[in-house]
Amino acid sequence: MAQSKQTFTLSGASCASCVNKIERALQRLPGVAEARVNLAEKTVAVRGTAAADACVQAIENAGYGAALARVGERELREQQRQVDRAHYRELLWRAGLALALGGPLMAWGLLTGEMSVHNPAQQLAWGAVGLLTLAVLIYCGGHFFTGAWKAFRHHNANMDTLIALGTGTAWAFSMLVVLAPQLLPALARHVYFEASAMIIGLINLGQALEIRARGRTSAAVEKLLQLQDATARVLRDGEEVDVPVEQVQLGDRLRVRPGEKVPVDGTVIEGSSLVDESMLTGEPLPVQKSEGDFLSSGTLNRNGTLLFTAEKVGAETRLAQIIEMVKSAQNSRVPIARLADTISAVFVPVVMIVAVLAALAWFNWGPEPKVAHMLVVATAVLIIACPCALGLATPMSVMVGVGKGAEHGVLVRNGKALQQASKLTTLVVDKTGTLTEGRPRVTDLQADGDEQELLRLLASLEQASEHPLAEAIVAEARERGMRLGKVQDFEAITAHGVAGTVDGRALLFGNRKLMQRENVDVAQWREAAGALAAKGRTAIYAAIDGEAAGIIAVADPLREDAKSAIKRLKRLGLEIQMLTGDNRATAEAVAAQLGIDAVHAELLPEDKESIVAELQAKGGHVGMAGDGINDAPALARAQVGFAIGAGTDVAIETADVTLMRSSLHGVADAIELSRATLRNIKQNLFGAFVYNTLGIPIAAGLLYPLTGSLLSPVIAGAAMALSSVTVVSNANRLRLFKPSEVSA
Amino acid sequence: MSLLINLLGLALIAGIVWWFWLAKRRPSVEAAEPAALILVKDGVYEPERIHIAAGAETKLHFLREDPSPCAEYVVFADLDVSAQLAVGRETLVHLPPLAAGEYEFTCQMRMYRGRLVVE
Repeated sequence: MAQSKQTFTLSGASCASCVNKIERALQRLPGVAEARVNLAEKTVAVRGTAAADACVQAIENAGYGAALARVGERELREQQRQVDRAHYRELLWRAGLALALGGPLMAWGLLTGEMSVHNPAQQLAWGAVGLLTLAVLIYCGGHFFTGAWKAFRHHNANMDTLIALGTGTAWAFSMLVVLAPQLLPALARHVYFEASAMIIGLINLGQALEIRARGRTSAAVEKLLQLQDATARVLRDGEEVDVPVEQVQLGDRLRVRPGEKVPVDGTVIEGSSLVDESMLTGEPLPVQKSEGDFLSSGTLNRNGTLLFTAEKVGAETRLAQIIEMVKSAQNSRVPIARLADTISAVFVPVVMIVAVLAALAWFNWGPEPKVAHMLVVATAVLIIACPCALGLATPMSVMVGVGKGAEHGVLVRNGKALQQASKLTTLVVDKTGTLTEGRPRVTDLQADGDEQELLRLLASLEQASEHPLAEAIVAEARERGMRLGKVQDFEAITAHGVAGTVDGRALLFGNRKLMQRENVDVAQWREAAGALAAKGRTAIYAAIDGEAAGIIAVADPLREDAKSAIKRLKRLGLEIQMLTGDNRATAEAVAAQLGIDAVHAELLPEDKESIVAELQAKGGHVGMAGDGINDAPALARAQVGFAIGAGTDVAIETADVTLMRSSLHGVADAIELSRATLRNIKQNLFGAFVYNTLGIPIAAGLLYPLTGSLLSPVIAGAAMALSSVTVVSNANRLRLFKPSEVSA
Repeated sequence: MSLLINLLGLALIAGIVWWFWLAKRRPSVEAAEPAALILVKDGVYEPERIHIAAGAETKLHFLREDPSPCAEYVVFADLDVSAQLAVGRETLVHLPPLAAGEYEFTCQMRMYRGRLVVE
């Protein structure tokens, strides 16, 4: 096993003698080449081949605590980038070397036409070339042969198998021509060393280009990673120490200065500052943070200095979870790829069989030189077939598409959700918090007697309620400086309202159904309530001691961009339906303002799920957009659940698509992106299928009756190398995706 | 001579069918416990069959030695689990409790293939 460097965080180490004890304990461990403690950071770096568990045990035996430090995502990426760079250079070098041999050989063949072996001098010359080609095959293409052999031993066949078989067969046949030309008819004594070398060169070149193109497919995750700072300023023993962010522990106190990024999630314990959270929530205005407020890692501290306690570190931070979700979604399978997956599972052995059949067909029915033709078609078929194009077609598009979504604040859970989102026909939207701000306020107050007293009584009653409308009433009373009374016998009646006693007076506060149930006559307020509902406001009836006493109207302001988002969604061909617990008149007024197609009003929370199910039963592909708080069953029931929750933890865990921006435009962005991604996948799959289904028969000699010649294995190699680069490049086109223009 | 070449060709086809499909179904392929290090190299996972217990969380240890981008990710498509594998460094992949059955794990291009046998 190769030597590696592992870092452990220490606990209980506080002095120079601890350093010696820990280092000695580790150095006694077999496989440890070097152990070095950093007392300021409370870490120890261990180089060697010892297992992490053994190192931890050794440190614990010495009387200290230790845990393997988390390897930063950023560090992993950097390492991958270095590996890619080194691999890219190596592939280019191999390609250059192989082409340097294959190119001149090919030119010689084209210019002189002398690629045959008919006398001992030619045997000697071509024998030397054969040995040179063997060196190139081993040095530049050895990995294809070892890969093919290993796969073969495991009863598997992959791209390496095809390349190794193709180039190996061409070389072996050529060596047979060189060593024993008399075994073959005169016309078949042709050597194909140039094909072996050129194919190896071209395929190495193709792989190098593919590495470059693939590097760009993960650009979105790179951007998210860049939000995270590499170091954090931790207060230890009264001093501020800069430590790698991976070594921040729960409970550590951290300082973040103006212009710095918040390194981990935590709660402010001192200081006040504006914090830019736009990268996580899409909220363009910075948010004021002071003692007790929550800070998310990756957000930018603007103008003040903050001291905060680390509450979530490493993989637990919201940013890390978002990155993890994006990475996981990028690698998930899309149902549309199932056919390609099935084909690629049997592809290589089938191609091998086709190559043998084609060779036999040319041997039995082809013109002379039959043996040479056999070799050319078998090699060309093996080389032109490209399982990579099939295998890469979907993952590359999903990788770029999901990443692009993250850039626009659209977090897609997996490939299935991405595909489903492209097929939606109906979007069901929860009104509160999705179309509206979700922060209702009192707009009208009408009473038989003293309006102020009615408000005071009702606000006192609503103190015990957790309903959003109750908050609006209580907030209004507090704003007016009222002192609220004590509530007794409070009862929340689901989907009706509340009841209770304040200052000895029996109060009822709720909708018409509540008043009917309690036999309170509200006829005198019905007209006023209707007028308020027509304006999109929710009128709530109040009764004192069994008599109607007045109405209070509460309105939740519409989100500024709701109308334009609905317009965009309708332009995408979706039917928009609204769900709400509000009364029908209010709901219809809101729907009319926004241009919504259908309204389901006066709903109980559990009704939302059944409405989604009904729409599905009618054959619709239904998406549901909600804030993820109380509509989880409906979000889960829909083909695609969109949680508009500014990235709350609950929403991220449950929804198919989480929108970090609190706007319905995110749903339109997600649908446009999913359609663009699916279109891209289909182009890639179509291209890969067409390439293979046309390429293989052409390589087998289908066009020979028309053209009079066979496809050169070198051309087959070039086509194969280009096919996977083309697939990755086409997937990269998705990086140019932009959501459609927003118009009011 | 002509008959011999045709027979050789047909035997080759029979050999391909047998080796890559029929012989593959036999459960004689080497298997390992989850604690084993799964080497990612030269186009194969070694060992390629891993036996784990049903209904318990599992950690698999991968060591990637192949620098080509194909080996960068291991994907458990049926489980919606994937992991980026660092080169030359052990990577732990956490799997949730699973029902008994067989689950495939592959690279992104499905060229590397392994099988998780849950019993």
